[in-house]
Amino acid sequence: MKERELVVSKIREGTVIDHIPAGKALLVLKILGIDERTKETVSMALNVPSKKMGRKDIVKVEGLFIKEEELNKIALIAPNATINLIRDYEIEKKFKVKLPEVVKGILRCPNRMCISNSKEPIKSIFYVKVQDNEVFAKCHYCGRRIRELAEFLL
Amino acid sequence: MKHLISIEDLTKQEILKILDKAEEFEDVALGIRKCRILEGKILANLFFEPSTRTRISFETAMKRLGGEVVNISAQEASSIAKGETLADTIKVVSNYCDAIVIRHPLEGAARFAAENSAVPVINAGDGAGQHPTQTLLDLYTIRKECRKLEGISIALVGDLKYSRTIHSLIKALTLFDTKIYLVSPEILSLPEDFLEELNGDIKRAKLEDIIGEIDVLYVTRIQKERFLDEEEYRKVAGSYRITTATVEKMKESAIILHPLPRVDEIDVKVDSMRQARYFKQAFYGVPVRMAILSEVML
Repeated sequence: MKERELVVSKIREGTVIDHIPAGKALLVLKILGIDERTKETVSMALNVPSKKMGRKDIVKVEGLFIKEEELNKIALIAPNATINLIRDYEIEKKFKVKLPEVVKGILRCPNRMCISNSKEPIKSIFYVKVQDNEVFAKCHYCGRRIRELAEFLL
Repeated sequence: MKHLISIEDLTKQEILKILDKAEEFEDVALGIRKCRILEGKILANLFFEPSTRTRISFETAMKRLGGEVVNISAQEASSIAKGETLADTIKVVSNYCDAIVIRHPLEGAARFAAENSAVPVINAGDGAGQHPTQTLLDLYTIRKECRKLEGISIALVGDLKYSRTIHSLIKALTLFDTKIYLVSPEILSLPEDFLEELNGDIKRAKLEDIIGEIDVLYVTRIQKERFLDEEEYRKVAGSYRITTATVEKMKESAIILHPLPRVDEIDVKVDSMRQARYFKQAFYGVPVRMAILSEVML
């Protein structure tokens, strides 16, 4: 904990996302909808030494409380991430992200012949699975598997 | 059973139940016995892609059981699709009939149709995805012609990459104690992801190495329309041509199947050999589809 505080300052209110695989912090920001127009204060630590992970990233966002859909997306790219909800500089709630079994409307099927990529009124549905410590998702409609989930996040 | 979308939706017991039921309908399919169990029922054949065998065999099956059929041809279906979503088409058509048979070029279209339908939907082929009724008739043919399903060895030959028939069949075969050989040009081999999901005795093989030991030779057409480069197609098109010389190396009791239509992958001279069963296989489509229709509508 001390080690982390050295690299990223405390926030008053908001969300701290810890144990992000090294190199995925920018993707987490994208999931949270943080870009150059964002007003919230955002701090980020990349490639922080970690006993569990070797190297990890950390993201802290002042004034933002994470939503369930965002949690599901983060779980897909950082299945071991820890979420800390901060109020008045104190951790109000701390929990690990949970890999959802099914995700709706947050992944795009890479198969261009899949009905989910047509003009039909349809939301993509993927079943999330873990095999040999690797997370993958399977399309409900065409059965196509996705391994590089980050590339297909909507 | 409400819908039949993928062969994976069925357990081994459910598959066997359909095959047993088909057996009971064989004399009805031949017109020897009359059976009117679907009298008063209407089937909508919704074909967004041209089809002859599948559409006609469903129509025959329905009529043999006393039911009526409304057909929406590829041309009409495509004009519907221009102005209307599949979801809306299904919602409308499912108000007019008791079951829908759908063929569509997009993968997953049948599952999506089922989600929008008030009546049972039967998948008659969705893109390179699934073709479960073909699989059921393939299994039925094997069981009838080899007198068993368990313990057979089968070679799947040709386009294993895009053939929906193969994709459905191989999944079903793994439910039975079968030895499966995959025979295809490298560029048309079964997708690695697909192979990973399968549990069973499955091996890639050269036809000449296994021709003498297999019970079933299942040949598929190498689909010219899948190739962007005609030259590439020509390189593989003739790679698995089954001739009388090939058949002579097979066991006497072995059988040759093909979902049809064929182009030139089986020499017509093979048709008169005892191993050729692909036309009989086409007939078996009728009792099998009768079993499916009665299962979903009664």
